[in-house]
Amino acid sequence: MNAKISQKIAFSVLFLVTLFIIIPVLIIVFIIIKEGASAISWEFLFTAPKDGMRAGGIFPAIVGTLSIVLCAIAITLPMGVMAAIYINEYARDNLLTRIIKLSIVNLAGVPSVVYGLFGLGVFVMFLKMGVSIIAGALTLSIMELPVIITTSRNALNAVPQSFREASLSLGVSKWQTIRHIVLPNALPGIMTGAILSIARISGETAPILFTAAAFYVPHLPRSVFDQVMALPYHLYIISTQIPNMPRNITYGTALTLLMLVLAMSVTAISLRIYFRKKKKW
Amino acid sequence: MVDERKEKIVAKDLNCWFGKAPSVKALNISIYENEILGVIGPSNSGKTTFLRTINRLNELNNNFKQTGQVLLDGKDVNSLDTESLRKRCGMVFALPLPLPMSIYENVGYGPIRHGIKSKKEIDEIVEKSLISASLWDEVKDRLDASAMKLSGGQQQRLCIARTLAVEPEVILYDEPCSGLDPISTAKVEETMLELKKKYTIILVTNNVKQASRVSDRTAFFLMGELVEIDKTSNLFVSPKDQRTEGYITGRYG
Repeated sequence: MNAKISQKIAFSVLFLVTLFIIIPVLIIVFIIIKEGASAISWEFLFTAPKDGMRAGGIFPAIVGTLSIVLCAIAITLPMGVMAAIYINEYARDNLLTRIIKLSIVNLAGVPSVVYGLFGLGVFVMFLKMGVSIIAGALTLSIMELPVIITTSRNALNAVPQSFREASLSLGVSKWQTIRHIVLPNALPGIMTGAILSIARISGETAPILFTAAAFYVPHLPRSVFDQVMALPYHLYIISTQIPNMPRNITYGTALTLLMLVLAMSVTAISLRIYFRKKKKW
Repeated sequence: MVDERKEKIVAKDLNCWFGKAPSVKALNISIYENEILGVIGPSNSGKTTFLRTINRLNELNNNFKQTGQVLLDGKDVNSLDTESLRKRCGMVFALPLPLPMSIYENVGYGPIRHGIKSKKEIDEIVEKSLISASLWDEVKDRLDASAMKLSGGQQQRLCIARTLAVEPEVILYDEPCSGLDPISTAKVEETMLELKKKYTIILVTNNVKQASRVSDRTAFFLMGELVEIDKTSNLFVSPKDQRTEGYITGRYG
C-alpha cells in the first residue's frame, strides 16, 4: 500500500471517529426539543407550578437556579482569581505552595455529592445557615474554585513574560505590573473560564441537594437565607417522585435548563471571539 | 585619561549561576560615566546575565544565584530597592517589547506609574523622550495608534523612548538590534551616540562590527569569563588575547 492511500485511510478513520462526537449531542437536543417544545410558553417560564407540579410553570426554579449560581460565582470568582494571581505571580516554589497546588488538584477530583455532604455538615449545620441560597452557593463555589484557579492561571500564563519584564525594567513595582499589564491582558481568558463555570454549576444537582434546594416553594426567595427550588433538582423530582407527570413538562424543564446553559456558553464563546479580535499581540 | 573618569558601575568578584551551571565567573569590571561599553562574545558567554545583574532582572528566575557585588555609584545594587534601581538603570531588550497599548501610553507608562498626574507634564515627557529616541517625527501625528502596528525598528526606538521617559542614569542595551534591518540599526546606533552625552551605556551585542562602530571601550566575554577589555580602537586593532583575536576576526562564535 503506498503512503498516499494509507494516509487517506488514516485521515478518514480519524474523521469518522470525530464525527461520532456530534451524534449524541444531536440526539439529546433532538429528543429534548421534540418532547419538550410543546410545554414552553410564557406561562410555563413565568409562573409557579400548580396541581402538585403537574401543571403551571417553573419560574421559581429558574429564579432559584439563577440566584444560587450568581451568588456562587460572586464568591468563587474573586477568590479564585486572587489565589491564581498569588500562586502564579508571587509564590515561590516551596513546600507550602506545593501543598497548595496539590490541594487544588485534589479539590478538583472530589465527587460532587461529597461536596453536597460537606456543605450540609459545614454550612447548613455547623454554621447554622440552614438549607438556603447562601449555603448552596458556598458549596458550589468551593467545588468550582479549582476550575476558576486553573483557568485563571492559564490566562495569566498566556500573558507573555516579556510584558512583565518590560514593565518591571522601568522600575514599575510588581503589583502595579500585575494590576496594569498582566491582569488586563489576562481578563478575557479569566472571564471565559468564569462563564463556562457558571454554565457548569447551573446544572449541578448533588451539591445543592442537601444545601439549597427545596421540593416545592411557590414564592420567590426574599433573601439569601431562603431555600429555593432549582432547575436540576426540580427536574430530578418531577421525573422520579411524582406519578402521572405530563411528559412534556419534564422535557420542557430539561429544555429550559439546556437553553440556559447553552446561552451562557454562547456568551462565553462570543466574548472570547470579541477579545481575540481586540488582542493586540 | 579614561581611567580617571568616574566609575558608574563596578562588578566585584561577581559569580552567577542558573541552577548548577555557572554563567558568569569571577567577573571584575568597571564602567565609567558617559561611556559606551560594548560587550561582545558568543552566545552563553554570560553577557546578558551580567547585564541583568545590574538591574536585578535575573531575580525573576528562581534558579538564579549570585555571589560578589555589583556597585552603582559605589552602592551595592542589592541594597537598593528594585523599583528605584530599575528606574535608574533602564533596559532595552533584544526583541522590541512594546506593551499592548498606544504609542503615547507606552512612553507615558513609566512616568504615570511613578506618580506623575499632570497630563501636560506627561505630554512633555512623551514628546521629549520620542525626540531623543529620534522617533518623534515619524509618529507625532498618530500617538494614539497601537504600538504593535509600528515596524520593528520603530518599535525598538519606542522602547528606547519608554526607557528614557523615566529618566534613567544608565541604559542597558541587550542586543538591541538583533532583529532589525541595517537602516533601523543605524538609527538606533545614532541615538545611542547622542544619548552617550547624558547617560552611561552598556551595549551587549552579537554584532562585533556594531561594538567597533559605537563603543568607547569593548569587553570580550567567553564562557562566563571576561577575557579582555580595552579601548575599542586598541581591542580591535591589536587584541592581547588570542581568543579575542579569533573571535573578532570571525574564527569562532
